[in-house]
Amino acid sequence: MELYQLTVHEMSDLIKRKKISAVELAQSVLDRINAVDEKIGSYITVLGDEALKRAKKVQERIDKGEVKSPLAGIPMALKDNICTENVKTTCASKMLDNFIPPYDATVSKKLYNEDTVLLGKLNMDEFAMGASTENSYYKVTRNPWDLDRVPGGSSGGSAAAVAAGMAGFALGSDTGGSIRQPASFCGVVGMKPTYGVVSRFGLIAFASSMDQIGPLTKDVTDCAIVLNAITGYDPMDSTSADVKYPDYSKALINDVKGFKIGIPKEYIDNEANPEVKKAVLDVAETLKNLGALVEEFSLPLTCYAVPAYYIISSAEASSNLSRYDGIKYGYRAKEYTDLMDLYMKTRSEGFGVEVKRRILLGTYALSSGYYDEYYKKALQVRTLIKNDFKEAFEKYDVLIGPAAPTTAYKIGEKKEKPLEMYLGDIYTVSVNIAGLPALTIPCGFDTNRLPIGLQLIGKPFDESTLLRVAYTFEQNTEFHKIRARI
Amino acid sequence: MKVTKETIEHVANLARLNLSEEEKEKLIHDMENIISYMDKLNELDTSEIIPTDHVIPIKNVFRDDEVLDSYPKSKMLMNAPEKEDGCFKVPKVVE
Repeated sequence: MELYQLTVHEMSDLIKRKKISAVELAQSVLDRINAVDEKIGSYITVLGDEALKRAKKVQERIDKGEVKSPLAGIPMALKDNICTENVKTTCASKMLDNFIPPYDATVSKKLYNEDTVLLGKLNMDEFAMGASTENSYYKVTRNPWDLDRVPGGSSGGSAAAVAAGMAGFALGSDTGGSIRQPASFCGVVGMKPTYGVVSRFGLIAFASSMDQIGPLTKDVTDCAIVLNAITGYDPMDSTSADVKYPDYSKALINDVKGFKIGIPKEYIDNEANPEVKKAVLDVAETLKNLGALVEEFSLPLTCYAVPAYYIISSAEASSNLSRYDGIKYGYRAKEYTDLMDLYMKTRSEGFGVEVKRRILLGTYALSSGYYDEYYKKALQVRTLIKNDFKEAFEKYDVLIGPAAPTTAYKIGEKKEKPLEMYLGDIYTVSVNIAGLPALTIPCGFDTNRLPIGLQLIGKPFDESTLLRVAYTFEQNTEFHKIRARI
Repeated sequence: MKVTKETIEHVANLARLNLSEEEKEKLIHDMENIISYMDKLNELDTSEIIPTDHVIPIKNVFRDDEVLDSYPKSKMLMNAPEKEDGCFKVPKVVE
């Protein structure tokens, strides 16, 4: 096995036992990027020499016995909406094509403090708006399992990079499924933590009441290790949760006896893709055999989540993206007559079509005469959806279902059909609306040998139970060991 | 919900976006589809329901009023499309 194929905990183990150096490891993953990223297109920016220099420094610290972190020397990459000081951060938009952040996001800083090695910045849908990574200003990212298919999105670069061994792990962001759905399409593990658990300081805002950063990893153990590094209260984010954070690696227990697990009927009532449904029901069988109580129940508001989500997220986006005016940073139109013309031309030339569509939708929903009908209504439905989950969690420890209605679809298949693309978010958006934690793990393959992802949804701040159930499933199955052949 | 060209033009102006005729045509179609779908929410009676802006209780976060390190001016200006004498440069706005 090549070094780049290893999980983070395997890499960490070899580093600790002095079998390999951080430099060799970084070189192996960089070579892998050079060999395959031309075909996949997961990176917007690759840091070659800088990464090796950093690895050398980390190795010196390891040799002196100065580092303890299980992430020391681990090569990783960040979605390109996470600010990195002096490293270009584009949000995959023409608007930020030349943007060099003057500061680090809290998560970037936290990962540097753990002595990780940043390899580069990953492709995404422009401003994280999309579900296929086809909305990037730069390029389309391809799915490592089938290069004619999308990797999912918006964290498609992150999922594809981890799946193809081009990063030990990656961070993505999830506003309506943007970590969990690409994890599902690329056969990796992806977690959206509880709202407030990971600082959003330095994450370029899309929909602030739902955005959350999370890890994409090769297995559940890695997910717990990365979560330990990135969670925690941050005074720089006023929505950061000031709670006691557990050691997530303590949740890696191979036992689900007596756990109560619910499957929302509405999540498997999927005539369009019987293979996804079967994979989820097979998981239910496996968990039952391991001693869990699994039953179906109803989440009747499921079909209202997508419309509510697109109103709320677009409204927040239209407000958040008003900052791109061509004055303080980012793109500025070359020719203009006055200040208003500068704003109009800058924004019209700098934003891509999907971003414009969402800004218009959000502006519409917030505009005089429509505010109550759309925005307020969506926030009221948000209350109902939140209560629906609250009730479910009085009965169940964890909910399971698919992460997406289908496996990865063909590039171009949905690009011109925005509503159809939005409907693909049906199983993920409720989680963001309610601020819950959720985790996707690989749980099967369809007849095209494309990965199917299982989504586990938990109570607020109960990432540990999600990790425990996922870990138990993983320890008793082989899906996480099967890698994309590329 | 019928989306007209006037609606699109009005909203685009509020959002400070110029749209070409071609873009307008496409957006009228897309927005009408999407907004009609959003009208599905009207199936739910929410007259008695309190809206949720934020899932977690949001309160003002206070801190002591003390002088902390700030970023140097040059760093804050490094991404400016145009700057002059340590300031962001914009077209003339007052006569």
